[in-house]
Amino acid sequence: MDKLTAVMLTLIYRDGTVRDRLPITLDGMRGLYADMVEARAYDHKCMALQRQGRLATYAPFEGQEASQIGAAAALEPGDWVAGTYRDAALMWRAGYPWRLLVAGRTGDERGGEAPQGVNVLPPSITVGGHMIHAVGLAWAESLRGSDRVALTSFGDGATSEGDFHEAMNFATVFNTPTVFLCQNNGFAISYPRSEQTRSETIAMKADGYGMPGVLVDGNDVAAVSNVVGSAISRARKGEGPTLIEAVTYRLGPHTTADDPSRYRDEDEAAGWRQNDPLERVRLLLERAGAWTPEWQGELETRAAARVEKAVAEAEALPEPGFEEMLLRMYETPTGPLRAQMGEGDR
Amino acid sequence: MSEVTLAQALNGALATALESDERVVLLGEDIGRTGGVFRITDGLRDKFGEERVFDTPVAESGIVGAAFGMAIAGMRPVAELQFLGFSYPAYDQIINHVARIRNRSNHRFTAPMVIRVPYGGGIGAAEHHSESTEAIYAHIPGLKVVVPSTPSDARGLLLAAVEDPDPVLFLEPIRLYRAVKEEVPESYYTTAIGPLRVEREGEDITLVSWGAMIKETRAAAVLLEASGVSVEVLDLRTLSPIDHDGLVVSAVKTGRVVVIHEAPRTAGLGAEVTAVIQERALYSLLAPVRRVTGWDTIFPLKRSEGHYLPSVDRIVRAAEETLEG
Repeated sequence: MDKLTAVMLTLIYRDGTVRDRLPITLDGMRGLYADMVEARAYDHKCMALQRQGRLATYAPFEGQEASQIGAAAALEPGDWVAGTYRDAALMWRAGYPWRLLVAGRTGDERGGEAPQGVNVLPPSITVGGHMIHAVGLAWAESLRGSDRVALTSFGDGATSEGDFHEAMNFATVFNTPTVFLCQNNGFAISYPRSEQTRSETIAMKADGYGMPGVLVDGNDVAAVSNVVGSAISRARKGEGPTLIEAVTYRLGPHTTADDPSRYRDEDEAAGWRQNDPLERVRLLLERAGAWTPEWQGELETRAAARVEKAVAEAEALPEPGFEEMLLRMYETPTGPLRAQMGEGDR
Repeated sequence: MSEVTLAQALNGALATALESDERVVLLGEDIGRTGGVFRITDGLRDKFGEERVFDTPVAESGIVGAAFGMAIAGMRPVAELQFLGFSYPAYDQIINHVARIRNRSNHRFTAPMVIRVPYGGGIGAAEHHSESTEAIYAHIPGLKVVVPSTPSDARGLLLAAVEDPDPVLFLEPIRLYRAVKEEVPESYYTTAIGPLRVEREGEDITLVSWGAMIKETRAAAVLLEASGVSVEVLDLRTLSPIDHDGLVVSAVKTGRVVVIHEAPRTAGLGAEVTAVIQERALYSLLAPVRRVTGWDTIFPLKRSEGHYLPSVDRIVRAAEETLEG
């Protein structure tokens, strides 16, 4: 970790002091902070709902708010996002409503239907297969002469999949406007980053593909936003893809079906709790006179209300119908499916 | 109209697709400079340019995954994989992403794309170059699987596949690429995905086949006709969705059915065809439905190929048994 810290970009230190001038205004920082507060409220709510049996399995992102909110904040409307089951905060900040994210986690395919104009794919559940989609999406945009980019988010574990190699290779071979965001959160379920690869960093793997690799403090929302923003600018200008490794930590379990005490040192986890991505921004704002306990209270009340409303809306969706399930397979149902529709109520 | 091979018909269809729809792009290994291992894309890069016809790195999962992303973003990619035996690295992309995106996004995102793959044996090719594993693709919900056996179907089905709003696996029988010739219109036309083709009408027995086995099936029909049997030959030509009605109509008419395919027998599509017929036409059957198939073996190398592929003799024998029983 020491070695990493030496080359990793940090703009806001853990005590809320800044390296030099922040590239983001104070108002901008307040906005990012408010978004992280709201994202955490969603995450905590989903964990609680799952324990109550109201959600299917849930994969929490607590601890990774800065990586996700920071990255999404650098996107423009219309840009593509291809992320994973742990990227709810990223998807939300890119325009995907909480209501649909909750619906998805209740076990409802309708939760995967991004609103028109929001180019966020349903999260990939299998590990690693989606990175190449961001290459294809970006490739199509550049062939059409648009300046849209595609951002794909994945974990440290996904970099061991062969698909990571194919996606990185295609991206530079065809010079696609793709941003690869690796949220290195320390673990692939139970398997630590130190064993996942003998490469000193994940960012340095970029070199083998002929693209820049950037190491960033994933718990620093300003640094992530800055680095992702630069990568997006490069991509929009036709200068090709970038790999970003955001070093962060998954404070919770892999999913609600997991017990992290079986594989990780709880002292290490406690240490990372002291490195909270929200707290350092709070300290920064407080130092600048831009944070008060009253404002914090307002943010939390507003976040809770929005999340509650989303949950209520997701739970109020009508029961999914039998025919809908069959009709979702093709634009026009096939002969065999039409025959099966007639068997549903038998 | 001009007389062309199946390979030429496919080349012409791809050219027509590129001409008529600017969203169409081709990508695959060696498809640009050399026109593909079977020369199906010959000349297309020269004609349409490097921004429409892409040679790619050797990465089947990458080719299909990138094509999938392009399709979601509004293009109409046609990917080529060199052999069905080389398609399995892309199987994860096909089953977990390509075939599912409409379902998992509730119709918001779709994958209108074609994956072209040469398949089947009979040319003494190297290991992994001869497999007929169509059943493992026909089993995937959300995917369509098509196999032409004539040049005019090759053109019509390929243009239909490019137009289709859902992903289509387009299997090309290697053995027929240059073995059949017929007049094919140069106009833009499509052949519907789904309905089977009645290759030959008859009254006494139905032979069901697809792909390269149509050749042996046709020859068997000629021999049987010479001995006074009226034979109906069905070319299934769409393996998913299978034309249930077309099969049942013929089975009811003749009462006797033999299914012929070169894939291994166990869990091959012959089982599906047989099941559909017994579900809806059992009481019209005058004999059990028989299967003439490849064996439950690895597709053999050149010297044993003759032991493996269903022969005209095996088809005639099975038909005669079916006519007796």
